[in-house]
Amino acid sequence: MTGIGMEHFLILAALLFTIGFYGAVAKRNAIAVLMGVELMLNAVIINLVVFNRFLNPDAAMGFVFAIFVIVVAAAEVAIGLAIIIKIYRERLVTNVDNIDWLKW
Amino acid sequence: MLEISPLVFWIVSAVVVGSALAVVLSKNIVHSALFLVVSFIAVAGVYAILGVDYIAAVQILVYAGAIAIILVFGIMLTKRGDMKDSNLFSQYKYIGFLVSAAFLAVTVYMISLSDLPAVAGEMGSTVRLIAIDMFGDFVIPFEGAAILLLVAMVGAVMLARGGNKKQ
Repeated sequence: MTGIGMEHFLILAALLFTIGFYGAVAKRNAIAVLMGVELMLNAVIINLVVFNRFLNPDAAMGFVFAIFVIVVAAAEVAIGLAIIIKIYRERLVTNVDNIDWLKW
Repeated sequence: MLEISPLVFWIVSAVVVGSALAVVLSKNIVHSALFLVVSFIAVAGVYAILGVDYIAAVQILVYAGAIAIILVFGIMLTKRGDMKDSNLFSQYKYIGFLVSAAFLAVTVYMISLSDLPAVAGEMGSTVRLIAIDMFGDFVIPFEGAAILLLVAMVGAVMLARGGNKKQ
């Protein structure tokens, strides 16, 4: 792979994180916000794998961390969707602009 | 490690970024979910380019298989009426874009300043390394992750079902 170095992968991960962040901040539907969070977690996993692969190829600590991040992401999306479904059943909204009952 | 053409990296990166943009910019949330699957599979392609076979397989199984399906079920259970405008931007459309662009600029600038190795070292199969670490140094976090998944499953069932109605 001549010409493709570590910084190419890091910039790819940065782009993916930025797109996910924009989706999480600027979207109105709560499920779209969850999708943005998933894209951000994907970018984080790319970073972990790339750093492990380029800087310390004899160890696997970055890969193990990547697997733990995937586990936490699965738990997070299950709980998040359960909360969204509960809110939808009580109030018939999935719009994050309308979910503000915790505001003082 | 096999010699991979740089063209493969550019194609896979274009698919990752393009489908991620389509997830955010699409107005129909079902299209967003489908582009999310494409993005996840392309990220698995990035891991395959790096030669990390196990993470690529886990990415396809867990992300493209499980998480995307859960998201589609969430859409199915919470949406009704017209799908055309189901995924619009909120009031933070422009300020969110500014913050994201500033973050990207700073990150890319810092990456360009860093002194990074250009060539990846030789590496065999990752499964053996991961297994030794996972059941050696990381056996307590491994059990903790199992408990976390159990708690998340029970919590999701309780939240979505509504608990004991008699109380």
